[in-house]
Amino acid sequence: MALNITASRPDPALLDLPWELPLETWPEEHLAALPRGISRHVVRFVKLSGRVLAVKEIKADIAAREYQMLRVLNRIEVPCVEPFGVVSGRVDVNGNPLDACLITRHLQFSLPYRALFSQSLRVGTSTRLIDALAVLLVRLHLTGFWWGDVSLSNTLFRRDAGAFAAYLVDAETGELHQALTDGQREHDLDIARVNIAGELMDLEAGGFLEAGTDAIDTSNRIVTRYTELWNELTGLERFEKGDRWRVDERIRRLNELGFDVDELAISTDFDGTHIAIQPKVVDAGHHSRRLLRLTGLDVEENQARRLLNDLDSYRAGTDRQNDDEEIVAHDWLARIYEPITRTVPRDLAGKLAPAELFHEVLEHRWYMSERAGHDIPIEDAIRDYVATVLPSKPDEATVVGVDTVEMPVVAMFDDH
Amino acid sequence: MATVKFDEATRLYPGNDKPSVDRLNIDIEDGEFLVLVGPSGCGKSTSLRMLAGLEEVNAGKIWIGDRDVTNLSPKDRDVAMVFQNYALYPHMTVADNMGFALKIAGVDKGEIRKRVEEAAKILDLEQYLERKPKALSGGQRQRVAMGRAIVRSPQVFLMDEPLSNLDAKLRVQTRTQIASLQRRLGVTTVYVTHDQVEAMTMGDRVAVLKDGLLMQCDTPRHMYDHPNNVFVAGFIGSPAMNLLDVDVTDGGVQVGGSKIPVERARLDSSSGKQVTLGVRPEDLELTSEGQGIPVTVDVVEELGADAYIYGSTNAKQHADFDESGAEVPERPFIARVDGRRPPAKGETVYLAPKSGHVHLFDAGSGQRLGD
Repeated sequence: MALNITASRPDPALLDLPWELPLETWPEEHLAALPRGISRHVVRFVKLSGRVLAVKEIKADIAAREYQMLRVLNRIEVPCVEPFGVVSGRVDVNGNPLDACLITRHLQFSLPYRALFSQSLRVGTSTRLIDALAVLLVRLHLTGFWWGDVSLSNTLFRRDAGAFAAYLVDAETGELHQALTDGQREHDLDIARVNIAGELMDLEAGGFLEAGTDAIDTSNRIVTRYTELWNELTGLERFEKGDRWRVDERIRRLNELGFDVDELAISTDFDGTHIAIQPKVVDAGHHSRRLLRLTGLDVEENQARRLLNDLDSYRAGTDRQNDDEEIVAHDWLARIYEPITRTVPRDLAGKLAPAELFHEVLEHRWYMSERAGHDIPIEDAIRDYVATVLPSKPDEATVVGVDTVEMPVVAMFDDH
Repeated sequence: MATVKFDEATRLYPGNDKPSVDRLNIDIEDGEFLVLVGPSGCGKSTSLRMLAGLEEVNAGKIWIGDRDVTNLSPKDRDVAMVFQNYALYPHMTVADNMGFALKIAGVDKGEIRKRVEEAAKILDLEQYLERKPKALSGGQRQRVAMGRAIVRSPQVFLMDEPLSNLDAKLRVQTRTQIASLQRRLGVTTVYVTHDQVEAMTMGDRVAVLKDGLLMQCDTPRHMYDHPNNVFVAGFIGSPAMNLLDVDVTDGGVQVGGSKIPVERARLDSSSGKQVTLGVRPEDLELTSEGQGIPVTVDVVEELGADAYIYGSTNAKQHADFDESGAEVPERPFIARVDGRRPPAKGETVYLAPKSGHVHLFDAGSGQRLGD
């Protein structure tokens, strides 16, 4: 059988990878790092033309399906890994067929949850991860995507101004529907709860879970956070005709949660004394879209919120409330954001994504100012931060693995 | 453990004018292994998901035991979707990997231990309970994952194409093991597959669906011997049954050069002058030139004791449908012959059905004629 490569932008260097070898035995020279994560399949990270790619060995039809699914999810702007291609028709040197490989791009500055737990942890890391996963799950469900295998292992996390943003990594079991039934949503949520509890109990058994964290209580948080957010985003709200401010209030609340309302259904009851509102189409990324429009910066939602706040302070501080917002934003970018993020020496640039670094510097300045009892200029804050804090941070640009095991699917009773 | 009843259960997706599952009626016995099978889009997965609570039931009801579960949420139905979301945790013992979901459900420690030990015994994992999964073989790990579902002791196991990610050899091996495990556990099981061989080898009974409609629900044996309609006749069995559209004559049907006598009562219910005749490859025998159905041999598949011939015939073949529901115009005519003296490729042979092994179907409705 001939090797068959499907990719949207094929890279000829793909042909240099040792496709005739089972993925498990690929020589180290091709690998970006040793593998891992809890996986049913063999997964490896490879270096290719200066990029890091994740390669997963699975059956050809499943690989093709997952590749298409990830493409659709990318197109509808769901946070997930970017599919790179599928290699099928593989045979070993003796001509025996090998499973296909699904290739995805490694998401820069993303972290597997196990990597986060093997670092020294800030209190509440597990709850912040679960909050991020709840947002992701709600976003997926709003688009009609049923995941089928929700877990921390199937998610990657990016730092987001002290919180996290979650990305879907594994769409193998996923299905896209017109809309989900309550049963499908509940089932996903139940799978999430059980998997998270299992994953946290496993961290606990390995001595990695922060002290005082209860695996079961923490896993239940996915249900409460999801439900709160789902209700806020989709719930019907009734009020008396006079309380029309509640329409604006609802939209403001949704914006605060990071969502824009694209369509809001408003109806009155037959005698016109009551009004009912219900968001019909909501779109995540309220702050990040606004920041993108003003500055061209593409960052996570909470980072955008933080940057927008700084932009607002800059505007107030320079007394330019009457100037055009775009022009002020352009000046802020050129005079504040870019000089600050460029101050980082090249060898420390892989520690944090620029927007996260900016957030950290703002935090750092706040603490410095508090200690000093007066405002500290941001230029002083970045100098101090680069000298005292940044060097001790781990490199996070391409974190691809920590020490866990792989448990591939094989015959159920092979040893009988 | 419990019975399961689909009672006129219907699923109509918003925006569709035709139900994906149309007034489904199946009574599943306590402890039975029922397989839902059919081509893609037939409604088998949707039916399973209606039972699981993932798809709404727009009309009719679903019962588990004496509970009407039609409107219950998935977690209140006491069913377990097996193989759906299985992971093993490296730092936890085998016992904890099997029992942790019970801990989440608030089951007390003693009860968890008891259920884990019972499941371990059935799965032959007793001596590994205190080990970590890393120390197990691949097969043992799979059984630990299976144990996760077993310890919940659900009333019903649901399995949706669980073998689809295994290669052909492992699939055969694993399907036997699942079937035997189910028999040992005695838990009512509903299993979905598109593979009729898998369905026939695993199920106590098999329900064949097409276009959202139940075609037949029967034991594998009875379904093979008495397909209710032409769809089931062509779908069940490998290699497939030969289906020809033949003319009704006085006292029988005309098949090629031969008249096959058929009792008048069987033909009386036929709606037209033609009927569809079905004959399985193993129910044909060679006859003399000019008799029976002339078949020109294209391929001979020698299996030792038997050989299968795949050929073409000028007899009018009944239109056939593939897995996706598309019409397959030309299907080879298949016959099993003596493996020691098979005909040669290119040769024309004459084949006649063995008496008493002819299936007849109404050419219009496709329904079986006679018993």
